[in-house]
Amino acid sequence: MDAAAVEKIAHLARLALEPGEAEATAPHMTRILGFVEQMGAADTDEVEPLASPHGTTTTLERVDAVTEGGQAAAVLANAPEARAGFFVVPKVVEQEG
Amino acid sequence: MENQIKGQSGPWETVIGMEVHAQVPSAAKLFSGASAAFGAEPNAHVSYIDAGMPGMLPVLNQACVDAAIKTGLGLNAAINRRSVFARKNYFYPDLPQGYQISQFDQPIVGKGAVTIDLPDGTTRRIGITRLHLEQDAGKSLHDQHPTKSYVDLNRCGVALMEIVSEPDMRSAEEAVAYLAKLRMIVRYLGTCDGNMEEGSMRADVNISVRRPGDPLGTRAEVKNVNSVKAVGQAIAYEARRQVEAIEAGGQVVQETRLWDPNKGVTRSMRGKEEAHDYRYFPDPDLLPLELTEARIEAIRAGLPELPDAKKVRFMGMGLSAYDAGVLVAEAERAAYFEAVLVGHGDAKLAANWVLNELLGFLNKDGKDIAQSPVEPGDLASLLGLMADGTISGKIAKDVFEEMYKTGAAPGDIVEAKGLKQVADAGAIGALVDGVLAAHTDKVAEYKAGKDRLFGFFVGQVMKASGGKAAPGAVNALLRERLR
Repeated sequence: MDAAAVEKIAHLARLALEPGEAEATAPHMTRILGFVEQMGAADTDEVEPLASPHGTTTTLERVDAVTEGGQAAAVLANAPEARAGFFVVPKVVEQEG
Repeated sequence: MENQIKGQSGPWETVIGMEVHAQVPSAAKLFSGASAAFGAEPNAHVSYIDAGMPGMLPVLNQACVDAAIKTGLGLNAAINRRSVFARKNYFYPDLPQGYQISQFDQPIVGKGAVTIDLPDGTTRRIGITRLHLEQDAGKSLHDQHPTKSYVDLNRCGVALMEIVSEPDMRSAEEAVAYLAKLRMIVRYLGTCDGNMEEGSMRADVNISVRRPGDPLGTRAEVKNVNSVKAVGQAIAYEARRQVEAIEAGGQVVQETRLWDPNKGVTRSMRGKEEAHDYRYFPDPDLLPLELTEARIEAIRAGLPELPDAKKVRFMGMGLSAYDAGVLVAEAERAAYFEAVLVGHGDAKLAANWVLNELLGFLNKDGKDIAQSPVEPGDLASLLGLMADGTISGKIAKDVFEEMYKTGAAPGDIVEAKGLKQVADAGAIGALVDGVLAAHTDKVAEYKAGKDRLFGFFVGQVMKASGGKAAPGAVNALLRERLR
């Protein structure tokens, strides 16, 4: 993990880094990855992938019925800005060349 | 091949693949119990799951899974017994979760194929790569405020089927035929309403060019192609642009371009390239989806007759490929035709009247067959009145016009207006005698050998009868009297 990789991940996660932060963070992240990679040492050749430890093999499904909604005020309650039932955010426009 | 583009340096071939997003017409969303209906107040159809609130868990909508299986079967595709939902990560204000739940390397439907019908009557097989289920995003409004965007999450989480084709199409015409056929199939299946204007069916088109026989060239993905007409125009423009770029010594860049329907051009969406790092991974909130054989077979057993099979069956009734094709193009149209057949079994006659008379009137009024003021049973009765000689074919057209205007039953119209055909020899004989007596000069000319006057006499008798005389009886009586 080098500073460039940290900067790329930070950008994808929309995290702003202070100058020098990428360099400082890189060794920490490398250590974290190294810790996780210890799992690679376990021999799993004979082990089937396990989707859930609960013995369930397929996802739950709901019937097609409207059971929620009609709560615009509650949905908007935590929005920093809302108007006329809409979330309001700084203007975003697809970049076009 | 006429499909090729003539460049300055020789011929080029266009290679086209398509990604079509088709909205499932479920009542609720793919992973929440909020309504998927259009046209509500902003954010009225939003659950805490759709709003991306922390701790909320998605639960898969069974009807959306069934729709995907059904569509897969309709596309002659492999249904994967096990599929996996994955997170596609990107940031945009109308995507509050910060990721779209989609399917990546293990979609619910695998390889299939559709047969497209080209205007010259030939058909071609177009491969389907896959179909997967995914969430729609919300809607941003950019024109409400000078420095702000307004976000409505009502569409957020609505179920979409993304149907990906192989790069098997070679012309705009084939791409248009593919989209039309796909739309026809999902409409027959009832798994999407196919309405491109309202956005319930959307197409992204991948276009590249190459020398015939060469490996595939670099492709551009054209988005915002929101009508069948736009598909044709965007492909024609983009293929030509690529040929000109290459022949000018440049190259085609793999990128996303936006179709501008007003200017008729595609424009580069620069800056999106770097962002194309979606870091897909299996959604830890959702177990894999496993389908039982029984579930798939139950859906297969309930499949309706699809347009290709229906067309073959109609042709077996003696209809031309063209007529059968026009009838099956809309499921409602084919159903109307079959409903007429229930009351009157002459398929060719029924097809003629549906295609020429009924569709003629409906097209003039900009209506479709579901809005027809003439019930299929009434059209069948009209054909019956014609077949048993109660009215002539000419009168039948007048009666039909009246049926179309008033919705009245044909028998009632014939009765009320006294339009019954007169086949009675006495009545027609009297008319014939009257005409011959009024035209003694013409009778003399006819007898002197001017045979073509016979048509004149027939016309006069028909006129005297108000169009109601049975033509066969008129002919026979005239021949007898003029002998």
